Amino acid sequence: MLRYSLSRFLGAIPTLFILIAIAFFMIRAAPGGPFDAEKALPPEIEANLRAAYHLDEPLYQQFGRYVLNLARGDFGPSFQYKDYTVTELIAAGFPVSLKLGGSAMLLALLVGVSAGTVAALRQNSRTDHAVMAVSMTGISIPNFVMAPLLILFFAVYLGWLPAGGIGDGSLR
Amino acid sequence: MRSDRANNEQIGGPSGTELAKRQVLHRGNGAEPQSLDPHKSEGVPEAHLQRDLYQGLTNDSPDGGIEPGAASSWTVSDDGLVYVFHMRDNARWSNGDPVTAHDFVYGLRRSVDPATLSNYSIMLRPILNAEAIIAGEMPPEALGVRAIDDLTLEIRLNGPTPYFLGVLTHSASYPVHRPTVERYGDRWARPGRLVSNGAYRLRDWVMQSHIVLERNPYYWDNENTTIDEVWYYPIENQSTELQRYRAGALDMTYDLPFRQLSWIRSNLADELVISEYLGVYYYGLNVTRPPFKDNIPLRHALYLAIDREILTRQVTTAGEIPAYGYVPGAANYEQVVPEWAEWTQEERVAEARRLYEAAGYSRDNPLQLQILYNTHENHRTIAVAISSMWQETLGIETELVNEEWKVYLETRRSKQDTQVFRAGWIGDYNDAYNFLEILHSDSGLNDSGWDNENYDQLLEASSQENDLARRARIMRQAEGVLLEEMPVIPVYFYVTKRLVKPWVGNYRPHIQDSIYTKDLEILKH
Repeated sequence: MLRYSLSRFLGAIPTLFILIAIAFFMIRAAPGGPFDAEKALPPEIEANLRAAYHLDEPLYQQFGRYVLNLARGDFGPSFQYKDYTVTELIAAGFPVSLKLGGSAMLLALLVGVSAGTVAALRQNSRTDHAVMAVSMTGISIPNFVMAPLLILFFAVYLGWLPAGGIGDGSLR
Repeated sequence: MRSDRANNEQIGGPSGTELAKRQVLHRGNGAEPQSLDPHKSEGVPEAHLQRDLYQGLTNDSPDGGIEPGAASSWTVSDDGLVYVFHMRDNARWSNGDPVTAHDFVYGLRRSVDPATLSNYSIMLRPILNAEAIIAGEMPPEALGVRAIDDLTLEIRLNGPTPYFLGVLTHSASYPVHRPTVERYGDRWARPGRLVSNGAYRLRDWVMQSHIVLERNPYYWDNENTTIDEVWYYPIENQSTELQRYRAGALDMTYDLPFRQLSWIRSNLADELVISEYLGVYYYGLNVTRPPFKDNIPLRHALYLAIDREILTRQVTTAGEIPAYGYVPGAANYEQVVPEWAEWTQEERVAEARRLYEAAGYSRDNPLQLQILYNTHENHRTIAVAISSMWQETLGIETELVNEEWKVYLETRRSKQDTQVFRAGWIGDYNDAYNFLEILHSDSGLNDSGWDNENYDQLLEASSQENDLARRARIMRQAEGVLLEEMPVIPVYFYVTKRLVKPWVGNYRPHIQDSIYTKDLEILKH
């Protein structure tokens, strides 16, 4: 079992490497550059920016640097948010996504599994039909229609929940 | 020229109405800011935040003019080349350090230093040697800026620049706190580190959620600042923003969804604020290639065939102003209104047909055109409307091409494949020159490829002219040349549109949307 897990794990490395390589080269092959803006930059500043992000080096060197940094868990500086590194941005965002995804999953399990159990125990009863009706509605109406309606109802009309944003993260 | 302290005029503070106990403002703010370093950002969301955090030598005044900021007064030499600013002796950074002329010398030099990697330092081009420093040909110390003493700053310019005081309201000119920047390098603009000289200081920054600013107790005019805390929320989706506003989480929105304007008009009319914005939406024509190369009648035909009244009333619908001329209502500039503006649309269409045929096209031999725009629903809707106007009146067959922003910019700039491209410009400072210079043959923004010697000369003459009225006359003449040759087709002038809760006191729309939180107050509600 240990041998199997280990071989699966090691086998993932080439796959990951290929994915990283494809992502790296595709983004460079795409038209448009990271510093393109409506107001073109003075050439000197653009050259400095390229040097600061090592974009002036040959591609293979850039790729080597990128892979080595990744191996050390360093995702490099953010092109978009200049005061932060990519690692910092992920470290700030990931726990929030985890918390949100986790609580959504928990809620879905609690409500979904218990409603499903009740429906199964009382097959063909009114409760069963009601549960099935709600879940079919949920499946057939796309999220982008359902979500604004729920926000409108719970946040705008009832005012029970905020319309968006995490606030300070507490259950207020 | 001399300006007096505007202190005797009550800005902010009690306006005679009862104030709320909690003075906290919640503002929607578009996108997540790229940086809070004033020398490294260019977007509008950053500008809103930095206007609260920092203070330049001058401020925008609510009427579209200039008022004292970190400088209490200034003098300008007769030739318009030397500015001397007198700093306030009670101005303090958010950590209590005094704000001096040396801070501005440091900030301006840092801004133009190519090592800073500023993308907007070109704004400071009017200052002596700035351009050479940005190009790496001179050291930053060569910049025409010096501190005569702690409270007196001298700035020397290349030529008389009547809009220079407006440049000083821009973030590229803001001071930064030297010890902080030197200590933390690239990572100084963060909570717990950032030191600023404006009415507010940074308390918290949670990426993609909110940025909280709190009152800077050391700010020189802290007494007249009413709001204690401002929360800025990055919300890029305008429908989401509207819902959060309706749910009471926002006091002011950043923008409004185009498609829900009529609902807003009938349900939230009292809270809707629409006001003139210093910007023009236009269609650029690539005049370096057929069909527009050397074909002025065709350019005019396309211009005339657009029904701007219908477009602004039924398509854009926020109250945009039909643009017959190119420069929006800028300071000290009387807008050019070409004779076509006075015509009826029937007359315009008749003339458009005549010119179209004169250019060698007809219903049987129609022009085939591509319109390029950056991917966005609003731009698409407008392109559909304009192409159908061209189709209906002239029989032009158009193809709409959309590209992602950066790809679109590159396509536009290369001037190879473009024919008609959607474009817009929002003034960096309140002056007609900022719009006209885009079409100078040397301009990096001139994606039409238009090259007119007479136009270039008029622009250069205007930047050497110190007399405001004479200068405006020269610029109007240049705009006349532009409209005669029509390398760009003006469509409409922008407006700002937002919802503001009735309890936000002292809210006054501004032509560049310079709204300082320090001037606002929360009324009892």
